[in-house]
Amino acid sequence: MELLTNQVLAGIATGAIYACMALAVVMIYQAIDHLNFAQGEMAMFSTFISWQLMQWGVPYWSAFLLTLAISFAGGILIERLLFKPLAKAPVLTNVAGFIALFAIVNSVAGLTWDFTIKQYPTPFGSAPFLGSQLISTHQAGMIGVTLLMLIGLYLFFQFTRIGLAMRAAAALPESARLVGVNTSWMIALGWGMASAIGAVAGILIAPVVFLEPNMMGGVLVYGFAAAVLGGLSSPLGAVIGGFLVGVFENLAGTYIPGVGNELKLPIALALIITVLVFKPAGLFGRAIVKRV
Amino acid sequence: MTAMLNVKDLRAYYGQVQALHGLSFALNEGSLTTLLGANGAGKTTTLRAICNMVRSTGAIEFEGKPLSGKSTENVVRLGIAHVPQGRGTFTTMTVEENLQLGAITRTDRKNIVADIERMYDHFPVLKERHTQQAGTLSGGEQQMLAVARALMLRPRLMLLDEPSFGLAPLIVRELFKILGKINREDKVTILVVEQNAQLALELADQAYVIETGKIVMSGSAKEIASNEDVRKSYLGY
Repeated sequence: MELLTNQVLAGIATGAIYACMALAVVMIYQAIDHLNFAQGEMAMFSTFISWQLMQWGVPYWSAFLLTLAISFAGGILIERLLFKPLAKAPVLTNVAGFIALFAIVNSVAGLTWDFTIKQYPTPFGSAPFLGSQLISTHQAGMIGVTLLMLIGLYLFFQFTRIGLAMRAAAALPESARLVGVNTSWMIALGWGMASAIGAVAGILIAPVVFLEPNMMGGVLVYGFAAAVLGGLSSPLGAVIGGFLVGVFENLAGTYIPGVGNELKLPIALALIITVLVFKPAGLFGRAIVKRV
Repeated sequence: MTAMLNVKDLRAYYGQVQALHGLSFALNEGSLTTLLGANGAGKTTTLRAICNMVRSTGAIEFEGKPLSGKSTENVVRLGIAHVPQGRGTFTTMTVEENLQLGAITRTDRKNIVADIERMYDHFPVLKERHTQQAGTLSGGEQQMLAVARALMLRPRLMLLDEPSFGLAPLIVRELFKILGKINREDKVTILVVEQNAQLALELADQAYVIETGKIVMSGSAKEIASNEDVRKSYLGY
């Protein structure tokens, strides 16, 4: 029983990270109808920026906030320079753009900080949380920071005018323009926010997976699985999907014989395929019906 | 009286296809004008061209300022509200959020709250349903919501694209009555595109008839309505 509780809690902790990545992916998908394959690399780059800041002597939380701001600006810049010009281009052109972005960000990180694995600090420590052996303080911190951010995002989208405008631009761009919303900038803002959310995910998971240019590869696959499971049209679904995937991954690794750590990633991929076959809109997504 | 909106030699294109062939007309401030014509005559295209939603050439001036080269959202910000065909309802949002979106470009927050109340006076059914998802409203209610959303801009000019489409005759009468009231009381200049010519001519004071991308007839609504030839050849009733 203790093993089960332990695995579920640990699953929720990593699930929080998958939820962040899934949310970032869904935000951009909602805005431009494309999956950002480079979301993980952008998050990794952000994490390196925060690490570099700390190397220069900036305290953890200052580096954390500074990195969010830099990532936000960086996300907007990427949209303006690369994906705004591609807005009307065919799907494959956009896919090529994402792959290029992936390769460029990955290589620049490798070139700047090299490919050796680095330790990444945690402000929460790794002692047992509240004296319990079930979960560490860092895992509790991962869950806590993620939940705070999710609540903040919910309040932003639900109760601010700019949040309302962003939702309108994602739901019905033409109608949004007709009430005076600058949809182009709303998309850029969405990129900025997705990039900052990814940064949070990267910074929180770095003490677990260690810091190196390929650290987010697996995490992003789980993030995609979470987004598909929850439904690409539903930010809330993506978040719930993230937690579900985290727990499912851990339980499968523990209880299904032969899965272990090595076969965890194929499970995420199997999950993507299963959902796409049986419930393409995901658990919380709306099926898009086109009248002909 | 000077023209509030002046359209000269408007030509619009969908890809290689030309939809408007040199359209010219003017709207007087405070007027309620209807643009009539059969399916495919270019009525919707004309409204879309005013808001720069289709590629077009020619000159469009609003209160003396040219609109060409402005993005759709910047045209809207000048005070031109456009109720599109199909109503453009944000179906996943609540009725109240739809109204707030109508005022998204405004900065006078206090007045926005008062304006939402005013819309509920105009359209009591929207008040009853203000927390409901807009997609759950009936067609007539959604059209009321679309008009209310457009009014939340406090527009100087309102463009309506076939507001009667798909609505029961009784609802259309109610809607047109409210449009007349808005035109008189709130001094909003209105251009309404309609296929329901009879009803539109009852409501409007000016009318233009359009055929295959050209204005073929213009005059007061009374004149057009009483001209048998026009009625038979262009309006079909």
